[in-house]
Amino acid sequence: MSTTTTRGVAQPAPAKASKARPRRGLRGNPTFNFWLFTGPFLIGLVIFVFVPIFWSVWLSFFDARYTVTPSHFIGFDNYKQILTNSGFPDSLLTFSVFAAFIVPTTWALSLGLALLVHRLRFMRAFFRSVFFLPTAVSYVAASLIWKMSIFSGVRFGLMNTFLGWFGVENIAYLANPSPPWYWVVIVSLRLWIQSGFYMILFLAALQNIPGELYEAAAIDGAKPGWQTFRYITLPQLRATSTAVILLLLIAAYQAFDEFFNIITLKATWAQTPLMELYKTALGTNQDYGAGSAGAVILSLLICLVTLIQGKFMGFGRGEEGK
Amino acid sequence: MTTTTPQVGKRRKKGRGVLGNSGLYVAVGIAALLFLIPFYLIVRNALSTDLEITGENWKVLPSFQWGNISELFDDPTVEFGRSMVNSLIVAVSATLGTLLVCSLAGYGLARIPYKHADKVFYAVLATLMVPTAVTFVPSFVLVSSLGWVDTYRGLIIPGLFSGFTCFLFRQYFLGFPKELEEAARVDGLGYWGAYWRIVVPNSLNFFAAIATITFISAWNSFLWPLVLAQDPSSWTVQVALSSFITNQTVNFHLIFMAAAISILPLVFVFLFLQRWLVQGIAQTGIKG
Repeated sequence: MSTTTTRGVAQPAPAKASKARPRRGLRGNPTFNFWLFTGPFLIGLVIFVFVPIFWSVWLSFFDARYTVTPSHFIGFDNYKQILTNSGFPDSLLTFSVFAAFIVPTTWALSLGLALLVHRLRFMRAFFRSVFFLPTAVSYVAASLIWKMSIFSGVRFGLMNTFLGWFGVENIAYLANPSPPWYWVVIVSLRLWIQSGFYMILFLAALQNIPGELYEAAAIDGAKPGWQTFRYITLPQLRATSTAVILLLLIAAYQAFDEFFNIITLKATWAQTPLMELYKTALGTNQDYGAGSAGAVILSLLICLVTLIQGKFMGFGRGEEGK
Repeated sequence: MTTTTPQVGKRRKKGRGVLGNSGLYVAVGIAALLFLIPFYLIVRNALSTDLEITGENWKVLPSFQWGNISELFDDPTVEFGRSMVNSLIVAVSATLGTLLVCSLAGYGLARIPYKHADKVFYAVLATLMVPTAVTFVPSFVLVSSLGWVDTYRGLIIPGLFSGFTCFLFRQYFLGFPKELEEAARVDGLGYWGAYWRIVVPNSLNFFAAIATITFISAWNSFLWPLVLAQDPSSWTVQVALSSFITNQTVNFHLIFMAAAISILPLVFVFLFLQRWLVQGIAQTGIKG
């Protein structure tokens, strides 16, 4: 008797519990859980990414000097001003020159290092670490070494000492813009810092090339070396190469740290786009309107380059397609 | 197949004779030396006197002025120790915060069946097109109107919501074996419980990789702290270093010592966690 009553009482309880379980605390509800997981991120993304972007577009159409809540709508005047009456167009030229130097050299150096390291049998991890280690160094610290030690421009700077052995006269690398020796300083610094990172990407890609391809090529009579590199390695690395070039371009757009520390804002030459924006918006004029217009132009340019490259070279798709 | 493989192996060995191999090592060795020179210079100069840095007689080894370390930290005009502490606080909080916020979001986007999840994902993807470095002007306007200039909040919080890191986590969780979580769900765990008890403990390698990358970029970031930290007491180590370079208020040996000390923690983190770092970059760096 007692057992049946307990059962009778107990029975509805589990049924109730199992019915209630998905609802209790909304544990099983996907919509609730989705917002529980992504909500904090999305709120932050809206506040700290979307709001600034839209605010920037809005500010760019207003006269917004010294103020961020402007009232005077001026249409495209900020765009006109930053494109005609400032260093901004020159900075785009500076970027183009910089990109023309740094993108191909980094691509070639990182690929070259990857090919060398890939072929090593002993001490591969050691050499990989050596080339990768500069990634840990900040552009600011590297600027210091480059500006005050290697290319200090005085007779006993490292580079001038080295060149002195070959009878080369002292070169003042950073004192004046012509001849533009400063490019040597800036480009070599960035090459040193970033090549190791891209080398890792190429190494990963090299390891993914199936060995059968080389075997098949050997059977077909391809000579190891240039021929296999040209007809197998390079095409197989296409997807990675495309991505690397895109990343390099975007990184070059955003160049700031080493230019700021080596060239400085005071110089009238070699100012990158971000330096110009910094001066326009945060300098003495505090012209947030023109600064925002510049930011909008830069963002559009980056989107455009990304889309064009994606269209022509199939960004990231190459590997999946095969 | 089985017959061709050994043949190729032999041919390869032949092609790579003693000479070819040593040539390879000479090339790699020279490149490695060039890559190490800046590290040598910074340590050498940090442990030199000013005269040894700028003087005429270049010596390979410095006179090992270990006193430069205490001189740097005791210099009342510099606040270098303060900037190191600021950087540490900012970089550690940024790393932990980014991991928490972005991993949760990535998991939600990858795994929780919500009908508008696709739209949310596209909104996240859209932010990847506009690099944060370009939006520093409007971001500064926003953060300063919140009153966050010169604060840790301002240095840390805006950087936590990285669309790219969220994207990487999503891609990673898409590849995470679903069976493990389903077993946990059958055993009565909710999404939240399954995430913390099953998914996170089995993803520590990936978390370590992302943590390393985030820590390094937070420690090395310069533009945002430069814009935001206007009072010297809120400078990070990169801003402090930069002020030495552009103002030259400090002596050479102190500047180089400061730079060496600013690099040191990162080099240790880097060498120690390199395995995960390389794995993480190779796995996720660009393939998405």
